[in-house]
Formats: sequence, C-alpha cells, structure tokens
Amino acid sequence: MVNKEFLLSSKQMAEFTSDGYLKFEGIVPKELCDAALKEMETRNLNDFDRQGLPFNYIWNNEKLAIGKVFRLPIVEGMIQSLVGPNPRYDHHFPHLNKANSRVTENLHQDAEYDPRFENFDIQISFFPTDVNEDGGGTLFVPGSHFRRVHESSIRRYQNIVGQVQSVCSAGTIVVWHHNIWHSSRSNHSNKDRYMFKLRLNPTVRQQLLWNTDDLNAPEVISILKKRQKWHGQTARIEEMNRIRFWRHLTNQPNFDLPGWYWSRIDNKPDTFYDFNAKGSGTLTY
Amino acid sequence: MSGFRQKLLVLYLGNSSPQSEVIGWSLYDGSSNETFEAANTMAPPYATCLEAMRDGWRVIRFPVLQNATKGSEFDLGYLEYEFILEKWEAKNG
Repeated sequence: MVNKEFLLSSKQMAEFTSDGYLKFEGIVPKELCDAALKEMETRNLNDFDRQGLPFNYIWNNEKLAIGKVFRLPIVEGMIQSLVGPNPRYDHHFPHLNKANSRVTENLHQDAEYDPRFENFDIQISFFPTDVNEDGGGTLFVPGSHFRRVHESSIRRYQNIVGQVQSVCSAGTIVVWHHNIWHSSRSNHSNKDRYMFKLRLNPTVRQQLLWNTDDLNAPEVISILKKRQKWHGQTARIEEMNRIRFWRHLTNQPNFDLPGWYWSRIDNKPDTFYDFNAKGSGTLTY
Repeated sequence: MSGFRQKLLVLYLGNSSPQSEVIGWSLYDGSSNETFEAANTMAPPYATCLEAMRDGWRVIRFPVLQNATKGSEFDLGYLEYEFILEKWEAKNG
C-alpha cells in the first residue's frame, strides 16, 4: 500500500473525470530518466512483455531503471488511486518519434469500441527527455474519453479546438483514461523523441481508491462543471456523463451538479396521491 | 477545368447552424502537392462556416440531424456537426 500523502486528491480525480488525463511535470529524477532512456533505446524491455501478469511481476529486477520509474511513490500513488493497488499488466510500448519526421493525421482512440463506462484502464506516458514545442509530443483532446469511436476512424479530424500537445520537461508523466483521443505530432527538432507507454487494468472496484479527505471541497464541483469549447451543443450530455462516472467513483448514486440534469430525469414518482389522507403529496423538509 | 483542382475544407461546428462556432477543422488541398500538417497552436481558419462561405467556400455537405435511439441518448461518439466545403483552384505545382 502507498502512503496516503502520495495518493491523488479528490480534486485531481475530478480533473481526471473532466479532462481524461493528469499531467505530472518532471517528477522522475534526471539520472533515472537517462538510465530508462538507455533501456528504451536497446529495446530489451520487450523481453519483459508478459501480458496479463500482476504488475508487481513486471520489471521488478532492481537493476532496471524503468521498473524504478513506475515504483516511485508518486507514480505508485497515482496508479493505486486510479486502478487500485494490484493492477494487471496489459502492455507497454516505447514510442519513438524520430528527429525531423513528419506526421500528418494520426488522431485515434486505443479501442475497437470499448463499451465499458464506469470501469477504465489507465495508460501512463513517460517522457524521459525534454519535449519542446517542435518535438512532436503526444497530443490529447481533453474531455474526449466518454466518446466511443472505432480506433483510427477519427483520423480525418486534423485539429480540434482545445487540443493539448505535450510540451514538458524530462521526467514528466501523463496518466490518461484509455479512451481519450490522442495523436503523435511531427517532430521538427533535431532530437529523437521517446515516450514510453504502459497500460494497466484494474483488478478491484474503482471506487474511493484515492485520498478522499477533500471529497466535499467546493472546487470539486467547479472542476466537474468545467466545459470544453469543442463540446458545443453536447456540453450538457458530456456533463451528465461525468456525473455518471463520478457517481460510480465516489459511490454516491444520487450525486448531481447544480444543473440538476440527472435529478430531473431520475424523478419518476410512483406514489399514488391519496385525496383523503391529510397532508398527502406535500413535500416536507 | 483541367488546370483546376478541388480543395476541401471540413469544418466541425458547435451546433447545426452554419453560423455556430468552429470547434474543429481539416484541410485537403488537391491543388497543391503539399501534405497538410496538423499543428497544435493554429487557430481555426474561420470562426464560423458562414465566414468561410463569405470567403468563397461552397458548402457541399450539410450534417443530418438525427434523433438518438432509445436507450443510447447519452452515448456520444463522432463529432456531430460536420460541414464539408470546397473551392476549385488553379493547380499549383
């Protein structure tokens, strides 16, 4: 178990619910980044590709830098908060975006259609080197994780207002909902750009796994109500989907936001009004 | 006509009105050999579809409004309001 101080907060979980990802800038020490980069370049890490095993069994050789990266307390804290303390290893892949390489359209979701709603996998992107604006960092479309599409069928969407390209310092980690729309971008720099991706599956109910001390903080509400400009007309439905997700995450089946979209729809009274009973049908507070 | 090529601009709008704001866009230029390169910080080429029409783009496809099927009213997927526009321009290169 991870020390509570390293677990995510409710505000961070609300951000994850709204945006579909969280970014942790430069949290992996430089020397560990350099050692992990060397391991990625040799590609020997693929020898450890043992899909379906508990993650504890993967890269647990003390000499492996990549194992040390994912066992930093802050990284273990984010993993435990999102998918529980003993997740299942799904797969990993070191993404290489070579220097001076061009990418045209690449937007996609990592699923052939994933019908799960409350349950989700996480993907962890680790950037071992600095990624500047011209370095082709992974691009995410915030708030796209509740939209189910068929993998690369969205490739013709070249640009979406509000998209965020990863520009970060070495040692940055982005943890994201498996369904978020993402893409690589052209690397116009003279440096190869690596991004190491790891996918983990939950093995426990994804409910209240984080530090819930701030569960009732007012900021949680404003974070959950945050709108993405690109949602346009569908913004209310997006909000309703967040509420459904938050209801599950927090085990609050009647949770709603001030718009009251679900409370209104859920209201299907089934009590017969008795004209003869005194006070029947009146609301009492 | 043989010296002209089609250029397509796909605009994704916030709602079904051509006057609503652009929330996404793509460009396919048959008049040039250049590959359109998606970039991060570019602003949309037009604020609305109507603005593009006023700049000479012809709308060749309008999105169809569809009711959600029962039981999937809250399921979202592809961008809903896709307008396809074209221009014919002299071949360049």
